[in-house]
Amino acid sequence: MSTLEHHGTYQPTTGLGKWMDARLPLPRLMYDSFVAYPVPRNLNYAYTFGGMLSIMLVLQILTGVVLAMHYNGSTVGAFTSVEHIMRDVNNGWLLRYMHANGASFFFAAVFLHIFRGMYYGSYKEPRELLWILGCIIFLLMMATAFMGYVLPWGQMSFWGATVITGFFTAFPVVGEPIQQLLLGGFAVDNPTLNRFFSLHYLLPFMIAGVVVLHVWALHVTGQTNPTGVEIKSKTDTVPFTPFATIKDAFALIVFFLFFAYFVFYMPNFLGHADNYIEANPLVTPSHIVPEWYFLPFYAILRAITFDIGPLTSKLLGVLAMFGSIAVLFVMPWLDTSKVRSAVYRPWYKVFFWLFVVNAIFLGWLGAKPAEGVYTFLAQLSTLYYFGFFIVILPLLGLIETPRRVPNSITEAVLAKSSKRSGGAAQDAAASTDNKA
Amino acid sequence: MKTMFAKISAIVVAATLGLSVAATGAFAASEYPLNKPREQDWSFAGPFGTYDKGQLQRGFKVYREVCAACHSMNRVAFRSLEDLGYSEGQIKAIAAEYDITDGPNADGEMFTRPGTGADHFTGPYPNREASVAANGGAYPPDFSLLAKARAVERGFPTFVFDVFTQYAENGPDYIYSLLTGYPEDGEAPEGAHVAEGTHYNPYYIGGASLAMAAPLSEDIVSYDDGTPATVDQMARDVSAFMMWAAEPKLEERKSLGFKVIIFLLIFAVFLYLTKKQIYAKLEH
Repeated sequence: MSTLEHHGTYQPTTGLGKWMDARLPLPRLMYDSFVAYPVPRNLNYAYTFGGMLSIMLVLQILTGVVLAMHYNGSTVGAFTSVEHIMRDVNNGWLLRYMHANGASFFFAAVFLHIFRGMYYGSYKEPRELLWILGCIIFLLMMATAFMGYVLPWGQMSFWGATVITGFFTAFPVVGEPIQQLLLGGFAVDNPTLNRFFSLHYLLPFMIAGVVVLHVWALHVTGQTNPTGVEIKSKTDTVPFTPFATIKDAFALIVFFLFFAYFVFYMPNFLGHADNYIEANPLVTPSHIVPEWYFLPFYAILRAITFDIGPLTSKLLGVLAMFGSIAVLFVMPWLDTSKVRSAVYRPWYKVFFWLFVVNAIFLGWLGAKPAEGVYTFLAQLSTLYYFGFFIVILPLLGLIETPRRVPNSITEAVLAKSSKRSGGAAQDAAASTDNKA
Repeated sequence: MKTMFAKISAIVVAATLGLSVAATGAFAASEYPLNKPREQDWSFAGPFGTYDKGQLQRGFKVYREVCAACHSMNRVAFRSLEDLGYSEGQIKAIAAEYDITDGPNADGEMFTRPGTGADHFTGPYPNREASVAANGGAYPPDFSLLAKARAVERGFPTFVFDVFTQYAENGPDYIYSLLTGYPEDGEAPEGAHVAEGTHYNPYYIGGASLAMAAPLSEDIVSYDDGTPATVDQMARDVSAFMMWAAEPKLEERKSLGFKVIIFLLIFAVFLYLTKKQIYAKLEH
């Protein structure tokens, strides 16, 4: 018997419904995936970011498609066409501010989504592929965001593209051909802008494709939950609709409140003023800073200031930066703990929160000049970043004594509510305990 | 329920802090300007901010009679002067004062005609190179976006507070401070690094001095509404005008934003109550 017992099965009632069901059971798929699909009854708000992310992807595609109707992807016309959108296109300012800030909020939600996965052990068996698909989405998002930032053809667009494509020259032999392929020439210019626009339009649809796989994998293994205990019986779950739907909807609207605050009142807070200056290959900005969501990785890149043997600091920096993402892919095999959720792992919890603080600190360092004490701090932070994955995760699982894990989700829920309401419910919890 | 609220608010606060901490990216460290811009009260600040039309008209006059001698503003169309409270006739008259190169005509010749509402402001120089050549190697930047293209680093923790105070007036504060920041006697303080042909100004973002000499002096323009044309007043007016030039849809944005946020708030309350009722069915 499948552990994912459905709460109800799809029963077409109308003639059209029956006709469809016999030919293309799309309504049945939707019903089974988003209505009857059983979710753990104890999901908290940390589990609402996935839904938000899919809505944000749709929003980015919708605003992006309309923006592309008014955008001119050439070095001569790009900056002017963005200003045309801001001044002359009906509600163009709204579309552009939604799209630009939407990228920031997309990343904010994806970071929280990843942290949630790390905290509750969502990457662990049997969800390794689910996790890896998520990492692929994250990588695609980064590529998409980077290329999107180049399109307005401001100073930061141009110089950011110059710096980031320059990373590839660090690789011996293949480096320069790769860079020239990316740029479509020897420097950032019209061919670069053209291919970036083309790819910026393509990648979101590839993300959507991987999202389908991600959700598919999720629906095969079922969701994790704060206890980390798998679903064992029907009492452990509730149907997706209305329980998860309404909770996701509420969280989404709260998320939109913050999003709207930035779009309407602080639309340029997360951007860089220099990007309101048209790209000029002859004038280098005093500081070239990537968008905030790349800053932790930028800090790791710049932290490596030393050569090791034949490996130059430039190559090592680039390897460290790519490695900081690559290490996420193998996280399921680095963690040796038998316990899934940090709730029952007293030490992992501490190292996890340190990891979060360290990641934010790396972001701050990424915005600082790479000199003096900042470099040293970035090196320490980078050490902890990799140490967390490569040393702490494998060792901790072997030496940590986890707290007692509940036998089932139901038991955990009842124990919690009895603690809250006192004596009366305690008996009930005790009796389930016995049964389990 | 209480803990759920505590949890969601914790997540939300963490997210906001995360975003704002990360936003240091927008403010990379720099030794310049020597002095931070002085923050002013602007009519367009805050959630209900609107442009003061009288002020924009005064600022426009300063632009036309002083700044436009060197600075172009070629992304702004004459028709958008409607925002400043000018009538169609007045806009036509203003536009007609500018010569627009058009063509080629049926004979293949380029020709000059008076501007119309659909045209953009023309600058004092035919191209960037000409403006640089005429200004001793310094480029007088175009005014269209300048108020959004200048933001002095705010530093930690100020930029975190900025999220809550909705501080978004970096540009006009900077421009006002720069215009009023030249030393009164024109002398740079002892030890300041002032390159030949430049003018000391501790508020300049790119160094201790800039190529532009103090452009404003008392009564250099005479205001139509009788406002005394002090340097402070003109600097304030032209900064506000430049903010409008850079962000003409600001009023529309803020007023729509208020409606959107009120809608989302009410919607969130209804969703929360619905959620509470649905979850009440679950046995605990």
